[in-house]
Amino acid sequence: MNKKSPISTDAEWTFELIERYELEIGRIAANFKLDTYPNQIEIINSEQMMDAYASVGMPLHYNHWSYGKRFLDTSQNYQRGRMGLAYEIVINSDPCIAYLMEENTMMMQALVIAHACYGHNSFFKGNYLFRTWTDASAIIDYLVFAKNYIAKCEERHGIDAVEAMLDSCHSLMNFGVNRYIRPPVLTPDQESKKVAEREEYIQRHINTLWTTVTVKEPTDTEKQINFPQDPEENLLYFIEKNAPLLEPWQREIIRIVRKMAQYFYPQKQTQVMNEGWACFWHYTLLHQMYEEGLVTEGFMMEFLQSHTSVIYQPPFDSPYFSGINPYTLGFNMMIDIKRICQEPTAEDRVWFPDIAGSPWLDTVHYVMKNFKDESFIRQYLSPRLMRELKLFSILDNSDKPTLKVSAIHNETGYKQVRNDLANQYDLGYLEPNIQIYNVEVRGDRSLTLRHYVHQQRPLGESVSAVLRHLHQLWGFDIHLESVTAKGEILNTYHFPEVRPKSL
Amino acid sequence: MSFIIDRRLNSKKKSTVNRQRFLKRYRKQIKRAVEESLKKRSIEDVDRGSDITIDRDATTEPYFQHGRGGSQTRVFPGNKEFITGDEFQRPEQGGAGGSGSGEGSASNSGVGEDEFTFHISQEEFLDFMFEGLELPYLVKKQLKSTTNFETHHAGFTSHSSPEKLHLIRSLRAAYARRIALSGPGNKELTELKKSLWALEDLPVNENNSLQIIELKKKIQKLKQTNKKRIPFLDTFDLRYRNYVRTPMPSSKAVIVCVMDVSGSMTQTIKELAKRFFILLYLFIRRNYQKTEVVFIRHHTRATEVDEQEFFYSRETGGTIVSSALELTADIIEQRYPQDQYNVYVAQASDGDNWDNDSEICCKLLQQRILPIIQYFAYVEITSGMHQNLWNEYKKIQEQFANEFAMQNVRGSGDIYPVFRELFASKTELKP
Repeated sequence: MNKKSPISTDAEWTFELIERYELEIGRIAANFKLDTYPNQIEIINSEQMMDAYASVGMPLHYNHWSYGKRFLDTSQNYQRGRMGLAYEIVINSDPCIAYLMEENTMMMQALVIAHACYGHNSFFKGNYLFRTWTDASAIIDYLVFAKNYIAKCEERHGIDAVEAMLDSCHSLMNFGVNRYIRPPVLTPDQESKKVAEREEYIQRHINTLWTTVTVKEPTDTEKQINFPQDPEENLLYFIEKNAPLLEPWQREIIRIVRKMAQYFYPQKQTQVMNEGWACFWHYTLLHQMYEEGLVTEGFMMEFLQSHTSVIYQPPFDSPYFSGINPYTLGFNMMIDIKRICQEPTAEDRVWFPDIAGSPWLDTVHYVMKNFKDESFIRQYLSPRLMRELKLFSILDNSDKPTLKVSAIHNETGYKQVRNDLANQYDLGYLEPNIQIYNVEVRGDRSLTLRHYVHQQRPLGESVSAVLRHLHQLWGFDIHLESVTAKGEILNTYHFPEVRPKSL
Repeated sequence: MSFIIDRRLNSKKKSTVNRQRFLKRYRKQIKRAVEESLKKRSIEDVDRGSDITIDRDATTEPYFQHGRGGSQTRVFPGNKEFITGDEFQRPEQGGAGGSGSGEGSASNSGVGEDEFTFHISQEEFLDFMFEGLELPYLVKKQLKSTTNFETHHAGFTSHSSPEKLHLIRSLRAAYARRIALSGPGNKELTELKKSLWALEDLPVNENNSLQIIELKKKIQKLKQTNKKRIPFLDTFDLRYRNYVRTPMPSSKAVIVCVMDVSGSMTQTIKELAKRFFILLYLFIRRNYQKTEVVFIRHHTRATEVDEQEFFYSRETGGTIVSSALELTADIIEQRYPQDQYNVYVAQASDGDNWDNDSEICCKLLQQRILPIIQYFAYVEITSGMHQNLWNEYKKIQEQFANEFAMQNVRGSGDIYPVFRELFASKTELKP
């Protein structure tokens, strides 16, 4: 291949240069079959970046004091030099909006374009979770709607009432997502079928024969049927649909918070993969540019320096250690998958018979599309990478006085370490499992939730505060029971604090 | 397809509303922090913004999460010497490796600070500082002194003097009139034009060309009459800027700071006095467009001095308070006419005075000063017994409860509470 001349040699960026880099990166990305939404690259300054930080990265958002708190926190830390700002923020929207900081050098801008505009962007478009749960083309419009709606509510019902509502919803936000089903969009064919069904249903009710059939009186045991029939894990959804005292606008606010939670839900579950994928591609794309002679050696040195600092993993005993760096894990796994495809060892052939030696590009695309963090790690973390990162599991059982190393990166431990690490990214494992169990429909309308205890882990101190919020939404007494797998009740929480039961 | 957009010029203050909401929500805590920080900071600093620290716990948003306890397994990187089955003591909470082992997730615990610190601007700081305070009899003065007028722009009018002519509006009116008046004439014109074009399209012969000439003449004529009929600019079109004069309440204030600098006033007492004066200055400045300060210091004789000298130069000698009050009265009468200025007098002293002088002071206050000023605040900075000046002033306070206030300050911690007491909002007490 004949070498082209470098696009730029200067650290300063200009709009023309960004355009040229973007064009080249885009061309190379297309060669690697990266399928992206159109990019909308926005250059912003540090203050605007802090604004974006404060409103959970969104370009516009409804007003709430907690975003103000986040803003104060960020700006304080930034001005004190305690933290740097991210080089970019990218939004899962169509077109995909990426914010670039004006302080970045030309190299950084190129890196960020490769990372965000092609890495993250293609992940948003390709990964099954995002495809299932988010609608990239509608999110900005929805944000506009939400902001306006909430502003209107504030005008009509007062800022305080709306704020109280939002506070309560936010505290249950993590429990406002659907995890499994999404009603499919109906085709016109199905729609007409449904209409027919409905007609038939109405017909049946008119039918005098049916109306004259005597209904058997329910027995006492039948009366005690739970409402909801099956426990409901989407607390906000349940409240939106069933809370007896809420005004329509309050239900709409719950819905807005719920929708936002649902929108962010895939991002929470794919942090490792998403960052790993983006790092893998900025690494690959910029190397390709270097091979073609589009960037200089100085550029590559600078690039590798930032790249390594991004994917640095401090060891567990380092003062800088704060958990496993998702960039490190994700990037290394992606590189490792490529290696397994290209140069599989005997070990890889045993562990990954299905991908060892397969074409790497197709494989990484397949992986990106069909996994989330938990399953990704469970499936593709290789023994070799565990050895490289020197991973080990520690069992912390509060009944025992000591911590125990339950597995390390050796032949007997690989499977367990991998399993433990995968669990660590399983939201179902991280968050307590709390579901709506029953509503006292014929009694005092109290709401009973159940916390299904896993590995004897109790609930944190915040329970009572959350129950207060739940009470605010539901309007009647709230009970929460911690239940073991065997069905015995370990602990109960109440709001308002329980009165002594009259015997 | 990619777009690159420069957003740097877009507004930066997107978070302002949210920030305000936060400040409003934690008003109480912030106010307490402001009061705390007032005690600590040096006087020069009072006028600046500040870092405010409040309890982080109060600002957390609760959500369901796991507490400590139970059994869980976590994976760590960077193993050095551990092998399977090793057991060791739990590291102290917050220790490097073990931290977060009880958390629901590793990333949400942050740095684990207990306090939430943020910056508020000078304006906000003062807002919190002076919240609930009010200037006594501000209303009265505003109503009384309506000698100032301000000219406001107030729309447009059709009759005025030529220098106020508004060109754009006038021409716009003219244009509208021309369009309105030229309607039917145009219709005739277009008819003629149409028939002209129809003729021009036909093959040329004598009859045609005659008709064409005829039509052209007609069109020409019509155009000219149209022009003549509708003038380009009519007096009817002219628009003038309109101004109105509205009476303005007096927005100038003067603070007369009076301080005893006799031998008994130590530097510490002076520092305390200075704090009080600064608070007063900041507070009054917020209520008026222009605030002037006059410094009068006295021992047995009173002089008007500049700020530096007022606070820092050393003097000794006895104390005659009336000298200062007399000078105050003179200065106000000569330089600050009552209808233009709101006058505030603040006096700080350790309470010393010549025995016979206090009565003279009272007379001066009653006859010359109190009738022409807004408010007189007296602070006595002493931890000992009150002397005759205090007792005499007590009488005045009974007589002029609205215009005169006095307080005792014992230490630096008292300054702010005393200040608040002097200016505490009395709105609800007023009839």
